[in-house]
Amino acid sequence: MNTLVLAAEEGAINPVLPHTSEIILGLIAFLLLFFVIKKFVSPRFETLYAERAAKIEGGIEKAEQAQAQAQQALEQYKAQLAEARAEAARIRDDARIEGEQIISELRAKAQEESARIVAQGQTQLETQRAQIVAELRGELGRLAIDLADRVVGESLEDEVRRRGTVDRFLSELDGTSAPAVK
Amino acid sequence: MTTMVLAAGDEFVAPGVKDFFLPPIFGEVTKPMVLLVLSILIIGVFFIAATRNLKLVPSKFQFAAESLYDVGRNSIAREQIGAKDFRPYVPLVLTIFTFILVNNLFGLIPFVQFPTMSHIGFPLAVSLLVVYPVYHFAGIRRHGLVGYLKNQTMPPGAPWFVLPLLIPIEFFQKFVLNPLTLAIRVFAAMFAGHLLLLVFTLSGEYLLFAGGVTVVVAPVAFFFAIALTFLEALIMVLQAYIFALLSASYIGAALAEEH
Repeated sequence: MNTLVLAAEEGAINPVLPHTSEIILGLIAFLLLFFVIKKFVSPRFETLYAERAAKIEGGIEKAEQAQAQAQQALEQYKAQLAEARAEAARIRDDARIEGEQIISELRAKAQEESARIVAQGQTQLETQRAQIVAELRGELGRLAIDLADRVVGESLEDEVRRRGTVDRFLSELDGTSAPAVK
Repeated sequence: MTTMVLAAGDEFVAPGVKDFFLPPIFGEVTKPMVLLVLSILIIGVFFIAATRNLKLVPSKFQFAAESLYDVGRNSIAREQIGAKDFRPYVPLVLTIFTFILVNNLFGLIPFVQFPTMSHIGFPLAVSLLVVYPVYHFAGIRRHGLVGYLKNQTMPPGAPWFVLPLLIPIEFFQKFVLNPLTLAIRVFAAMFAGHLLLLVFTLSGEYLLFAGGVTVVVAPVAFFFAIALTFLEALIMVLQAYIFALLSASYIGAALAEEH
């Protein structure tokens, strides 16, 4: 019953059928608002968001950069340390080698020196001995002649004879003693 | 209800379609027309004021505006259109969402109390004259006319023998039904919701002043009117969201390589 009443009252009005004026006004109003939002609102927000994103990303990037730098520095330090260690080891090795070298050199030198000293001593001894032998030889000759003079009671004036006797005696003496000395 | 009305003696006139078509305020200008203009002024001024001096660290007011903008931008446009293509459509989606939202909410604001979208002409203007051409144009520009038609009417993976059936259905849906259902959905929700509120408020008023025992029942009617107001608030926001969401979804489907 109600519906009938309503239907009668409605008459020409049908809510499902749009009014042309409303469509036009709706469209114009919507497009106006759209224009305002597209022209002013959206770009402002987008710039803000881009700025914000850039700021955050910039911060992250900066942090990453700092981290990379720190890493690089650490690696550099490590490399330097390793290098220093290697250097130290090398220096130590060098020093040892050098020390050994010096020791061996010194040893060689000392040996040489000692050999030289020994040789010098030997030659000195040799000359001294020769000198002594020569002195003794003269002395011995004179003593023997003196002795013989006294024993015989006469002076042996013949030089040649005297020398011959003494020399013979001495060479005989040399012949027996030389192998023992050498 | 008829018996009650008869018992009261004075005839109760149930609210109906005529309550949606009030006499013009002046000339040809009607209440929804005024409200519509008011709505774009409110939204426009709000956003202009909010974005006039944007800061990287937002103030409360800016945060509110940003949140509203993000609903249109992130949760509707980016979700439906995809992160690659959504940017050019953000203003459109935001306009649709705020436009429908404010006009719906007019139904709850005291003294205004009229959801503009309960006049089908307004949502139809948006859906048929804005959303409909925009998504078809976007699709044709992306895929070419033939490619777009093929993309829209032939869902991938459908066996060949259902295509003769599927193509007309898809075509009818994409090119005829979509804009109409989009408009009718919000129109019907607003119309029915406002009518419900009218029924409960007017009947409550009638019961209160009709005299007799019916006065006792009047609070029940008012209670329901208030409860329905809360429900309406939810529906108004939801309908605005759905309108924007579906618009973005149509655009997204038109742009998608395979839908």
